Amino acid sequence: MDLTIAALLTQDGVITGAVYALLAMGIVLVFSVTRVIFVPQGDYVAYAALTMAALQAGKTPGVIWLLLILSGMASLMELSSLIRTKSTSKIPKAMGLYLGIPVLLAGATYALASTALPLFFQAVLTLTLVSCMGPLLYRVAYRPVASASVLVLLIISVAVHLAITGLGLILFGAEGSRTTPYSDARFSLGPLQITGQSICVLLATGLAIVALYFFFTHSIRGKALQATAVNRVGSQLMGIRSNEAGSLAFLLSAMIGALSGLLIAPITTIFYDTGFLIGLKGFVAAIVGGLFSYPLAAAGALLVGLMESFSSFWASAFKEVFVFTLILPVLLWRSLRTHHSEEDEE
Amino acid sequence: MIRSNYLYVFFAAFIAIAPVFFPESVITIVNYAGLFGLVSIGLILLTGIGGMTSFGQAAFVGVGAYTSAYLCTVSQWSPWIALLVGVAIAVLIALILGSLTLKLAGHYLPLSTIAWGLSLYYLAGNLQFLGGHSGISAVPSISFFGIAIDSGRSFTYFVWVSVGIALWLSSNLLNSREGRAIRCLKGGRTMAAAMGVNVPLVKLKVFVLASVLAAVSGWMYVHFQRFVNPTPFGLNYGIEYLFMTVLGGAGFLPGAILGSGIITALREWLVEYLPALVGQNGNYETVVLAVLIIFILHRAPDGLWPLLVKLLKIQETSKFSEANVSTDVLLERKNANHSSGESLLVLEHVSKRFGGLLAVNDVSFKVKAGEILGLIGPNGAGKSTTFNLLSGVNPASTGKVTFLGQDITNLQSYQVAKLGMSRTFQHVQLLPNLTVLENVAIGAYLRCDAGYLKSMLHLERDEESRIISESIRMLKRVGLDKQAYTLAGNLSLGDQRILEIARALCSDPVLLLLDEPAAGLRLKEKEELAKLLQQLRKEGMGVLLVEHDMDFVMGLVDRIVVMEFGEKIAEGLPEEIQNNPVVLEAYLGSVD
Repeated sequence: MDLTIAALLTQDGVITGAVYALLAMGIVLVFSVTRVIFVPQGDYVAYAALTMAALQAGKTPGVIWLLLILSGMASLMELSSLIRTKSTSKIPKAMGLYLGIPVLLAGATYALASTALPLFFQAVLTLTLVSCMGPLLYRVAYRPVASASVLVLLIISVAVHLAITGLGLILFGAEGSRTTPYSDARFSLGPLQITGQSICVLLATGLAIVALYFFFTHSIRGKALQATAVNRVGSQLMGIRSNEAGSLAFLLSAMIGALSGLLIAPITTIFYDTGFLIGLKGFVAAIVGGLFSYPLAAAGALLVGLMESFSSFWASAFKEVFVFTLILPVLLWRSLRTHHSEEDEE
Repeated sequence: MIRSNYLYVFFAAFIAIAPVFFPESVITIVNYAGLFGLVSIGLILLTGIGGMTSFGQAAFVGVGAYTSAYLCTVSQWSPWIALLVGVAIAVLIALILGSLTLKLAGHYLPLSTIAWGLSLYYLAGNLQFLGGHSGISAVPSISFFGIAIDSGRSFTYFVWVSVGIALWLSSNLLNSREGRAIRCLKGGRTMAAAMGVNVPLVKLKVFVLASVLAAVSGWMYVHFQRFVNPTPFGLNYGIEYLFMTVLGGAGFLPGAILGSGIITALREWLVEYLPALVGQNGNYETVVLAVLIIFILHRAPDGLWPLLVKLLKIQETSKFSEANVSTDVLLERKNANHSSGESLLVLEHVSKRFGGLLAVNDVSFKVKAGEILGLIGPNGAGKSTTFNLLSGVNPASTGKVTFLGQDITNLQSYQVAKLGMSRTFQHVQLLPNLTVLENVAIGAYLRCDAGYLKSMLHLERDEESRIISESIRMLKRVGLDKQAYTLAGNLSLGDQRILEIARALCSDPVLLLLDEPAAGLRLKEKEELAKLLQQLRKEGMGVLLVEHDMDFVMGLVDRIVVMEFGEKIAEGLPEEIQNNPVVLEAYLGSVD
């Protein structure tokens, strides 16, 4: 291996690492607020990439059908629980949120799909559509069992992932897609070729991280989320609704997932089931951060990205083995460092 | 009302006649349900009862399958020898992975199983001698004493007899001394350790057991299919095994069969009929199954078996009752009596530091045989921390703790228990779903030695009878014998505390540590408790008592140690302590 290759691999590793970092942040966010280990995080990536590709091809993206199904289920559940608790005055607002917004979005997408939208609007539309899945999924799959054990929540997550992937095949088909890059620019920096696309990825990741930082430290909703993450019962006593916090966390993590999908779509070909492995690698990264720390998770993501790109050079067949074996010593180290009492698990 | 035994006989009869009456397609489902059920039994032990979630069982199925496929085709070995080798390899891998990952707390463990499950899968797909992603074909069939098991129908008997044996062995195990220790893994580990259970070792054993079951299933699978490739051993199948277990009822052995049967049949039918219904191909069955799992977990987080039990009014007969006592021989005493006044426990300048907080600072005192020592102090004085460092839950940072002349400062909880110290907990630690009697029997763990093999084959009947008699004796002693067969979770808090004392007594301790035993007791019950403790003192036991109820303490104990802010501020007879100005200041504040 000479310097050029090493530099190339490093660039590659940093870019995929950046995407894993985003995913890791989404996973950390959802877990700390809701205790859900959100396995389908990677599926947002695939959905976003395939939706973008469909829009670029002038086709109606299949995701709108999923949105409609989820919205139907969510509004029925919301309706029945509101009627049961005799809080009928809240029905209009709930219907607006769970039925109105998704239906409007789906309708707008259906109408706009065949027109050639500018690249930027395609991206925004994709981001909105996929982000919409987050709160709907939370309402349908997680909120009814919000207080269940982490194990039950984890198994539900796995089931949600299987359902989403299975539907992905039906909605988007088995073919993979790659979208047009946001930038065709290329720079030479010594021996290194830097593509505009990779700068896009790093820039967007950086922006997202900064935006999240400000959201958590400078907005009341962000602080409420952090409070829920630190102490659920305590924050409830302070008037923070844990259901709303959960919805918000899912919305943010879906946005993050969709953004990762948009960033990675021009670099690699994405299939309906690609998301799982990408998400799992985000997981490895998140676990390096102990599922609680954002900066450590980002560092872990870089590590995973670099390991992946270097091991694919040396022993490409075993690259997944390397990445997933890496997690074991890391897990051990995390587990030994965190003090864990039995009561936490119940 | 249906007796559970009838249900099992009925089910066995169904399996026995199934190959005769049903078409080949149904037989295939029945066979696969059996194969998957075998893995699921392991998961019930591991996840449902042991509390360790594993997504990686499919990898162990793969180990069993690949070993046999390779040895039987390339090396031309007999499948039976290959089975032994496969199981041995699975055990080896389980030991390595288990000792690495079972220490992981909480959700780290399930995530690590995903990781090594994936690693083993990719490894199988990329190792050339295992045939890569196309696998190994032309695997021979098994012959059992000359009978070739090469048809679906003969295979049914083969698989289901194995499932039956596995169920019998597991059920015996769960109803034994080791089984009670396994049940403690979920939510009672500190307590189990205090009763002498080596918790990490029990975890490892259960993990090995589950992986052996998976490997055996894989071995059968490969000789049924006659070829092998990596696909059935990937993460998806690992997930599906867990689905079956959770759907059937992860805490109950019959749940394994229920879950694997339902999922296997449902998947088969969905694959067959859904495309016709929906009109196009796709993996609809996965979607439907996933949605179904979510729906069921919303409605019945404990799975379907408990629902079925309620619906059919199935009655499970517990083997652990007085009716099964077959011997008059008493359980051997574990510890010799100590003469009154002999020092049992000596603390010398013990301190405990948590980061910057000095919770216990330079505390020294002694507990003698035949005395009750009261440890009192305001909230936050460090009494419970002192308890934990005495009993090995949290070792002391500096100083020395000696018990019966032996340095126990750095011993683990279960090792301290072995020396003859037993304790109760400030927050009661019981297994709420077991009967009072079974909970007490956990205390007898150290007084018997039946291991896994003996327990599984149910060869420890005598010993079990002796445990039952002893537990009943202890319950009578504390006055809970009338409630021996109620679930421990249904007792009042006061009775639960008394139950903890019975459990501690069942281990025949030399020294008994009681953490606020009188909290939640009514006056009458407190008097009973005091009487019991006086009786124990007369027998030569040492008792260290943390208590807030001053009336209770002052009338009962021989000496008192007072702690405040982690330090010992006074020690002496009850009357001295009552008039000690330092103590009065600590409790009531100073005059000025």
